[in-house]
Amino acid sequence: MSLHRIHGGLAAAALPHAGEPAAVRPCPLPRRLYLPLTETDGGPLYCRVSPGQQVRRGEALAHAADALATILPAPTSGCIVAIQDHALARSDGSLAPHLVLEPDGRDEPLLLPPMADWAQADPQQLRRRLAEAGVIGLGGAGFATAQKLARPVSTLILNGAECEPYISCDQALLQERAADVVAGAGLLARIAGARQIIIALQDRMLAAADALRAALVNVPGITLAQVPTVYPQGGERQLIEVLCGREVPAGSWPVDIGIAVQNVATAAAAWRAVALGEAMTTRLISLAGRGVVSGGVFEVRIGATIATLIEAAGGYAPDAARLVLGGPLMGISLPHDEVALTRTSNAILVLAAAELRPPAPEQACIRCGDCATACPVRLQPQELLRLLRADDAEGAADLGLAECIECGCCAFVCPAQIPLVDIYRQAKTAQAIARTARTRADQARERYRARGQRLAREQAEKVARVAARRDALAQEQAAANLPTPATADAAPVPAARMDKSAVLAAIARGKAKRTNANGPRAGAPQSPGETS
Amino acid sequence: MKTFATALAPHISTPRRVQRVMAEVLLALLPGAALQLWTYGPGHAFQLVLALVFGLALETALSRLRPAPLNPAGDFSAAVTAALFALSLAPLAPWWVSAFGMFVALGVAKHAYGGLGANLFNPAMVGCAFVLVAFPHAATTWPAYTLGLAETAGAIFLAGPGITWDTLSSATPLDVARQLGAQGLRMPEIYSSPLYADSRAGAGPWIALAYTLGGLYLLWRRIIGWQAPVGVIAGTVLMTLPFWLLDAERHASPLQQLGSGGLMLAAWFVATDPVSGCTSPRGRLIFGAGVAVLTLIIRRWGTFPDGVAFAVLLMNALAPLIDRATRPRIYGRNHA
Ligand code: SF4
Ligand code: SF4
Repeated sequence: MSLHRIHGGLAAAALPHAGEPAAVRPCPLPRRLYLPLTETDGGPLYCRVSPGQQVRRGEALAHAADALATILPAPTSGCIVAIQDHALARSDGSLAPHLVLEPDGRDEPLLLPPMADWAQADPQQLRRRLAEAGVIGLGGAGFATAQKLARPVSTLILNGAECEPYISCDQALLQERAADVVAGAGLLARIAGARQIIIALQDRMLAAADALRAALVNVPGITLAQVPTVYPQGGERQLIEVLCGREVPAGSWPVDIGIAVQNVATAAAAWRAVALGEAMTTRLISLAGRGVVSGGVFEVRIGATIATLIEAAGGYAPDAARLVLGGPLMGISLPHDEVALTRTSNAILVLAAAELRPPAPEQACIRCGDCATACPVRLQPQELLRLLRADDAEGAADLGLAECIECGCCAFVCPAQIPLVDIYRQAKTAQAIARTARTRADQARERYRARGQRLAREQAEKVARVAARRDALAQEQAAANLPTPATADAAPVPAARMDKSAVLAAIARGKAKRTNANGPRAGAPQSPGETS
Repeated sequence: MKTFATALAPHISTPRRVQRVMAEVLLALLPGAALQLWTYGPGHAFQLVLALVFGLALETALSRLRPAPLNPAGDFSAAVTAALFALSLAPLAPWWVSAFGMFVALGVAKHAYGGLGANLFNPAMVGCAFVLVAFPHAATTWPAYTLGLAETAGAIFLAGPGITWDTLSSATPLDVARQLGAQGLRMPEIYSSPLYADSRAGAGPWIALAYTLGGLYLLWRRIIGWQAPVGVIAGTVLMTLPFWLLDAERHASPLQQLGSGGLMLAAWFVATDPVSGCTSPRGRLIFGAGVAVLTLIIRRWGTFPDGVAFAVLLMNALAPLIDRATRPRIYGRNHA
């Protein structure tokens, strides 16, 4: 198929790349598994188990907040021993509640019934299965796959073009399990109603391409696309640009232009979930960098700590200087190796000092434009820098700050060593905070206005009530003066009716007040720590 | 549990640094500078040393004055400015021309604007333009014959106003061509006149070629983009070719124009200055073409020996506008 070009990016020659990965290696089951009760993006997971409970492999431990409640499956059979704070994959080492699972060593599975007839199955049913098996995107963002495929699309792209240099887990998967990926492609296409299926990989992945071609022999309708090895072509929006020559409009998602991008590993896992009834309990993780003795691609049980993985790879080299979750351009630098691996951890890098960006002091921007040449979004990073340094948030927004994908190309090439991405990230966070503050202020103003209206209404009602009672009294008086008992009986009726409606109104008001007061709290998801 | 120091992504980067970029620019200037020295004698060597000494002294002093010196390590940007200034200056200009020029270049054009990266105008060209305007006579003293070391030193350090220059100085090829052209001589006659030969017109194209060589090196090293130099060359050719084709007797050929004065030095080393030039690719093309067109206009109608410095400054002033007008469309914006 004919390919298009993205702007800029970093060519393979400028970057260190892992070669063809050797065979996938196992990582032993550790003594304890740690499973954060938060999603990658910080959203909560709702806990479904309590300490002391025995679970089997694949059993739901928690579920996410998406419409189909995609579960967090137990990675192995064993006992939930605690729910306790443990380090998240953050640079600041912040803690959050984790489920702690002590494996019993039997690895007893709780299989879902295999759906052999998936090719005829109802897409809705297939999506439900993906949610039941805990299938989420393995590419990094970790969206619930069932959720991401909720809207029909015309094109399905399977992304096997590793998102960053050094990473080779997708490449290894394609080399060893191409058939699973191809079957998964058909499955996901059925769910999303896609007619066009493209599997994309980088042109340097020769063995993976061969394996895929072999797996595609008897499968019509799937195109293999070998894209040039240019970072960040593995990014969702950039890959769409390369393959389809189309751009995802700012503020929209690929699905809005009828395209779904799924990672190849997600496709394989989805197929196993449907056809074999297996939940997502392991994943392939790339371990690279000169700071580790023997890197490679490992099949790791979800919840194992990084330390377990490093041990399986022969430990640290003496000059290990930085521990990174993810790739060298966007990865998060971690303070220690007790962090647990999750379904979205695609790579661990242990970089030796010699590989690192030297910590030279930042210099003045010389406007060389190297950053603009490298930016895949065609931003002018040097202009954004100038505006943000002058506190001109609006100007920066005009120049597309929101469109920055934080790929790090600009900071990589900058000869003045300006931490450009970091400056943009901070500005974006500040803008998001300002936006939230603005919404809060708007809400408060709205509440204040509503309260004023309510008080005015109550005041009016009170006046009306007093008037009504006066009228009723007057009528009563009048009725008492009347001779016939029949009319005397009838007279209080309007008053009684009025009283009842007033009571009802008061109850309704009280209710409204309560829900109002509870509003924000009831709307916010409960912290998982509280539920347990 | 093994602990690590944390840092922000990206964790790797190119080995390119500002110092290295500037050092490579200095390196790339060498062939042209050498040829200029060989043609005009040791004057340029004195000018280079003078400008470098003044430049580095000023840079150090002015950086100290700044509240937070951003370049404690020191880049070579002042050296590049000094070199460009010295190579554009007449070889026998007295020492104080260099002092004034460098002071205006670094003190006014660079540091008063906020230092490296913040200057609107190319400092070397501001320095040149200043001395051309302030000391029109002293700043354009090109030797009529190749002087020895002692004579050169004498001319640069001892010559007071109006003492020996007139005996020493000669006009540049551009001056000669303009003067003779004004007298009604045709191009072939001008080229064969002894005055023209005296002005070392023959060396011009070779010097231009040597600068082009250095420029190509920078291009190969990806330190400059191709757009600005190509803009200069294309602008020159487009401006001069029609006239030359129509009447070669009265108009200089495009090659003649490219080969004389400081146009090629400007094309490869000044128009490509990132700080004062354009950043967007299309902007750089326009910038280069603008420099060429303005230079040719000044050569044709102006009174200065060469208009490159003024042309560059005019374009510097326009660069922010050009950049704004040629900003590429952002991914996902205004897209069907
Ligand atoms: S790469 Fe760095 S020095 Fe060059 S323009 Fe961009 S921010 Fe400025
Ligand atoms: S981090 Fe943002 S500004 Fe920098 S290259 Fe990537 S998209 Fe462009």
